Amino acid sequence: MISELLQENPLVTALVERFGEAIESGTLEHEQIILYITPSKIVEVCGVLRDEHSFDRASSVTALDWYPQEPRFEVVYLLHSVKANLRLRLKVRLSGEMPTVESVCSVWAGANWYEREVFDLFGVTFTNHPDLRRIMMPEEWEGHPLRKDFPIHGHKYDYGETNQ
Amino acid sequence: MSETLTPTVTLEPVPSVDAGSTRKMTLNMGPQHPSTHGVLRVVLELDGETVVNATPEIGFLHTGIEKQCETKTYSQVIPLTDRVDYLANLSNNLCYCLAVEKLLGIDVPKRAVWTRVMLTELTRINSHLVWLGTHALDMGAMSMFFYCTRDREELLKIFEMFSGQRLMTSYFRIGGLALDHPRGGLESVKKFIEMFPSKIDDYETLLDNNPIWKNRTIGVGTVPVETMLAMGVTGPMIRAAGIPWDARKDEPYSGYQNFEFDVPTRTENDVYARYRVRMEEMRQSLRIMTQALEGMPEGPFQADAPKVVLPQREKMKTQMEALIYHFKIVTEGVRVPPGEVYQVIESPRGELGYYVVSDGTSKPFRVHMRTPSFGNIQALGVMCEGGLIADTVASMGSMDFVLGDTDR
Repeated sequence: MISELLQENPLVTALVERFGEAIESGTLEHEQIILYITPSKIVEVCGVLRDEHSFDRASSVTALDWYPQEPRFEVVYLLHSVKANLRLRLKVRLSGEMPTVESVCSVWAGANWYEREVFDLFGVTFTNHPDLRRIMMPEEWEGHPLRKDFPIHGHKYDYGETNQ
Repeated sequence: MSETLTPTVTLEPVPSVDAGSTRKMTLNMGPQHPSTHGVLRVVLELDGETVVNATPEIGFLHTGIEKQCETKTYSQVIPLTDRVDYLANLSNNLCYCLAVEKLLGIDVPKRAVWTRVMLTELTRINSHLVWLGTHALDMGAMSMFFYCTRDREELLKIFEMFSGQRLMTSYFRIGGLALDHPRGGLESVKKFIEMFPSKIDDYETLLDNNPIWKNRTIGVGTVPVETMLAMGVTGPMIRAAGIPWDARKDEPYSGYQNFEFDVPTRTENDVYARYRVRMEEMRQSLRIMTQALEGMPEGPFQADAPKVVLPQREKMKTQMEALIYHFKIVTEGVRVPPGEVYQVIESPRGELGYYVVSDGTSKPFRVHMRTPSFGNIQALGVMCEGGLIADTVASMGSMDFVLGDTDR
């Protein structure tokens, strides 16, 4: 369902015409456009946005955890076009079981670290990612701190003392 | 006798260890290297003196600020935002407050807006001064650091006057300012504005005609501008590459549309151009500050929103409603209507964005900080490849990253 506020928007209209059902819904919040995209189509949509609508950079990629709701995760793409001075927010909904979505690194190289961060802190896997490793937490860390079921005080961590 | 003591030295050629051109060396730089200004680790793959591959590793200063934000009330998050980018704390305060104010739908009175602009520009000068001092120090121009620190001291005194803190200011609050201007506050800002232009000239005299500085910066650290944009580089870095994108002009916030200033750009896209852009930015910041100071309106410094802004002490003691609101705000926090907003400002380092999601309670559901240093460091690898090790230090300095800002 595309919100009435977005019916006149040329960018949204063009995307809906092109992708149809893949644009699941759209809203306007605080004058900022939010579009929900079918996860399997995200790279395709981003590619078109870059090539035909001058979205030359992904400002950031992050995620939301709606635990215990299902679909649990939302991966959020904050896109920006310097040329058109325009911002757009794309979202994909992912289930809590093995959340996986294709990486947009092939579209914007800069998504690399942002997706690594989401992988590290939320446990969302990005397929086709060139270098999917933890970025903030130590490599041997267990769990994903920004998930809502991860306690704020952290899990007990022994700093390797028990191995000695 | 002496003949027996003199050893006969035969100089045989050292058998050459296969110095073949394919042998590469891996060098670990950081996380405690002085030129990383914090805890950044760069793994350099070297072919002789040339960098073949540079891989930045971050996360050593990760303190889970985004996670902590979810357990605090909206007001309690403000001190955390100071600690994200500890050289541009007021920029972070401002961006967060603007985002929450947008969610709440409250307007901030003019006096608060003007003060915010004035002090945020002062923060830009603060950050650029630290950058200039340490960047020049990395290049061997040691005295720059002393001059910059000396002048930064004046500016930290102003922060202390206004907020009570030199570094962790937390001066901007949701709906306005923490306190009205202190006595003599504006005069000290005025004094600083009068004093500082000559200092910028002094810095330039020291560096502009310095052949070592020029040799080490001109033509170093160049990356194609499209790559930079795609990698997420923002701020003075892309303005030195000819893209005049500045959030203060293109997505005006906090009343910036009322101020006259230029966005300095260069086209050389090297370390020297970034230096020139930042120097010019300091002058423009002074220009904005002068306008803010001259046009500083009288009136309230906090929004008229009793459910959001803490009441004045005097009111609290005399009015029942004020006391009730005070109690509610302190014990429960401010309830923010459900929704989400992405607020962008131009921090000294580039695009600073706060993505705040509210679920209707008094604690944020999610606060994501799109920090400029994170995006900028990502391009470090591309920037250093093909250069010399010494150029890596120059490139890193020109990025002006803060590791707290990167790792959060």
